[in-house]
Amino acid sequence: MHDTHTPLIFEHSRPGRINNTHTQRSTAQTSIIPDAMLRKTPPRLPEVSEMDAVRHYTRLSQKNFSIDTHFYPLGSCTMKHNPRACNTLAMLPGFLSRHPLSPEQHGQGYLSCMWDLQEILKDVTGMTAVSLTPMAGAQGEFAGVAMIRAYHDANNDTTRSEILVPDAAHGTNPATATMCGYATKEIPTDANGDVDVDALKAVVGPQTAGIMLTNPSTLGVFDRRIKEIAGIVHKAGGLLYYDGANLNAILGKVKPGDMGFDVIHMNLHKTFSTPHGGGGPGAGPVGVSERLKPFMPIPVVGKNDNGYYWLTEKDLPQSIGRLSAFMGNAGVLLRAYIYALLLGREGMTRVADYATLNANYLMAKLSQAGFDMALPERRATHEFILTLKRQAKEQGVTAMDFAKRLLDYGFHAPTTYFPLIVPECLLIEPTESESKETLDAFVEAMAAIQKEAESDAQTLKGAPYTMPMRRLDDVKAARELDLRYKQS
Amino acid sequence: MPFIPHTENDTRTMLDTIGADSIEDLFDEIPAELRAQPLSEVPAGRNEMAVSRLLQARAAQDIQALSFLGAGAYEHHIPAAVWELTTRGEFYTAYTPYQAEASQGTLQLLYEFQTMMTELTAMDVSNASLYDGASALAEAVLMAVRANRKSKSKRILIPTTVNPTYRSVVNTIVRHQGIQLELVNYDTQSGYIDPASLPTDPGDITALVIPQPNFFGALEDVDALTDWAQAHGALVIGVVNPTAMALITPPGEWGNGTGADIVCGEGQPLGAPLSSGGPYFGFMCCAQKHVRQMPGRIIGRTDDIEGKTGYVLTLQAREQHIRRSKATSNICTNQGLLTTAATIYLSLMGPEGLRQTAEHSHANTHKLAEKLCAIKGVEKIFNRPCFHETVLRLPKPANEILSALDTQGVLGGFDLSQTYPELGNAILVCATETKTDNDLEQYATALRNVLA
Ligand SMILES: Cc1ncc(COP(=O)(O)O)c(C=O)c1O
Repeated sequence: MHDTHTPLIFEHSRPGRINNTHTQRSTAQTSIIPDAMLRKTPPRLPEVSEMDAVRHYTRLSQKNFSIDTHFYPLGSCTMKHNPRACNTLAMLPGFLSRHPLSPEQHGQGYLSCMWDLQEILKDVTGMTAVSLTPMAGAQGEFAGVAMIRAYHDANNDTTRSEILVPDAAHGTNPATATMCGYATKEIPTDANGDVDVDALKAVVGPQTAGIMLTNPSTLGVFDRRIKEIAGIVHKAGGLLYYDGANLNAILGKVKPGDMGFDVIHMNLHKTFSTPHGGGGPGAGPVGVSERLKPFMPIPVVGKNDNGYYWLTEKDLPQSIGRLSAFMGNAGVLLRAYIYALLLGREGMTRVADYATLNANYLMAKLSQAGFDMALPERRATHEFILTLKRQAKEQGVTAMDFAKRLLDYGFHAPTTYFPLIVPECLLIEPTESESKETLDAFVEAMAAIQKEAESDAQTLKGAPYTMPMRRLDDVKAARELDLRYKQS
Repeated sequence: MPFIPHTENDTRTMLDTIGADSIEDLFDEIPAELRAQPLSEVPAGRNEMAVSRLLQARAAQDIQALSFLGAGAYEHHIPAAVWELTTRGEFYTAYTPYQAEASQGTLQLLYEFQTMMTELTAMDVSNASLYDGASALAEAVLMAVRANRKSKSKRILIPTTVNPTYRSVVNTIVRHQGIQLELVNYDTQSGYIDPASLPTDPGDITALVIPQPNFFGALEDVDALTDWAQAHGALVIGVVNPTAMALITPPGEWGNGTGADIVCGEGQPLGAPLSSGGPYFGFMCCAQKHVRQMPGRIIGRTDDIEGKTGYVLTLQAREQHIRRSKATSNICTNQGLLTTAATIYLSLMGPEGLRQTAEHSHANTHKLAEKLCAIKGVEKIFNRPCFHETVLRLPKPANEILSALDTQGVLGGFDLSQTYPELGNAILVCATETKTDNDLEQYATALRNVLA
């Protein structure tokens, strides 16, 4: 990697260095905007040549780890290979240049893909209907919990005020409950990593609007008592929300609909391999059971004798409404659809097989190398948790130190400090894309770092050494806020 | 096997290491009664060649006509370098930059993005993106309720000149938190909010939303509206078109005081293809004093232990992974790749390129309106100055004329008669810098034919 400092694009700027013109005529001719409304000083955007920009952003890209360049076992994020065909085909001109408000007859190609995707996702999840519009997992969660509220409201059941969330849940779950006007009640996890059913029984009641669960849980294990949990919540009149951010280990194996869930969101930017783009975009479609169908977010793709069309407010008058200006992250949905076609039904089950094989293999190898697993007696699903609690006590090194040192060994770090209930944890998700050799190399790196921890913890605590930066000061960043370049 | 590298031998060795007989054994914790029937609706797998053929056929169905549609998504020229660079694997296949030392590329780029957005809007700070313009406005409303501690009413005034879909999205997202959205009607002669029509004693208001330009393409009297809101203790939320910022007064300079408090909008015009509606990105900027109430990721500049400059995710105590139910928003994944495209787009355009794009779009729309209004029965409805969209009244029902134009190869604009029935047979038209004089003429000819 480059360890040289890369100046900001603004530092390449020279007044009057004008790139190409992007207009049809040399002058605009007319402006009927009164002077008082015109901008007085132009925005100080960079003034650079195309080559300046190409070099600068190429250089910046080289300062990133990515799936294309490194093993990226970031737990709960499913960093699998992003097949190139998905991108190339989603960028075909017919798809790329279509205005979202152009008539449906000009979008039959696109709409047919979306219809097919809805059908595929229904099958995979075992739900009755799917709406593709949420733009990421968290927005899917919002849609799901808003539907739960709409359902209770439609039944004149308006006193339910709480959403139950396991203490291992992703932060978006409780944050979503708040956005939907619910208080969050946390349920503890038992020693085996399952939801503590007795604790659940103790808090569930007429105030329970629903529960948000992830299964396999964020601890990387399948909750074996899920049917019982579903029964308890349903009996109290609550509904079940399935956080399906990570379906990799259950594709074709188990369907959330069969587990008794009423609503699910899926992160297509994980299981369905759409690229994560350094932060997004995602797509978080929701699937619903029969009773939540009237409340689905719009638009949804419908089909009749004339072809494909959008279902809107008129067709779904009880819908929770719209979540985006048009219909969500259309291009992401296309990529997911293409991926699903390339896999096919056998391919999907195979993904679950090999994602699970890789996770269990890596867990076994790391155990053999002397590392402690958070739940050693359990099968891993698509991921598992390693805890460095012992190392923290004995050598004074942390999950953070291991994470940073892994970068020097050429591996992106696993997820650290999540879920919050396991001390000094690494949440490791290898995905099906990785070969045995890569997994073995990762184990070797971990073993080597463990040796360093034992012989020279100080060196380990100074990592990384080979990145463009040494360890960065988060505290200074938050105390002395510098959120934009101040140009002279 | 597609996208799976294992040989039979690998699988065997790995199972031996685990101590399992078969892959199937690895699923033995799943209760038997939950095991699914085989997938039935997912088609059988196809190879890349077969899938390419299918998708090419489908994409070919969607080749579009000459389009004068805007209404929230705009066709602009995107320099080739933008997506060449954006789809580099190192940007395209990275996750959110949690490990800062291994993500300096994305982080520095986002810091540049934040700088560019604050320059465009003349605001103090920017976040690293929200989902889209409509949901960004919803977040802005929620943020205003948190930020305006003096106001207790949770009353938000939203003009009917705000994009109707945005209003509908705001309603979906904020309705569970006791917030009241009150509409402010526009002046039907001019197509903007007449500041004189605002009440002199409005009571406790939390915030006023000001669109610039508004949904009709018209420019609001932002200074008077800002002064009015701030005089009544309300925050000002600007929802702006980023291209227009090259031409018109940015929200940081609205009014006589300190400008808008929160600014958001749709980032699509900055380098995102139309792509059936997404992915685009929402942007959000605000005054420094409100930064701790912002939703979404924010990047900050800092030092490493050797004193070298670097970039990190900062102010994370606002976010769901730390603050959980007390977070400023539930947003986690945002629209990172689209901000990458926008940053590269703005670098290639520069202040001059963006100004030209804005001016030419403005001039083209003006020219188009003149050409169309020369046709009998077609007239401009409003007299306010516009940016790059304007409203025309037609002598016959808008949907009929638009379909007839469609058969002539022209997408003539957005039918306003559903959302603004009071305007009669009205359409919203847009001609960006992409349109030549010939294109404008082609529209005029088609309309003449249709009305003949
Ligand atoms: C378990 C879980 N739930 C929810 C989310 C939220 O999804 P998104 O980031 O797409 O909003 C994630 C991922 O970040 C996750 O891992």
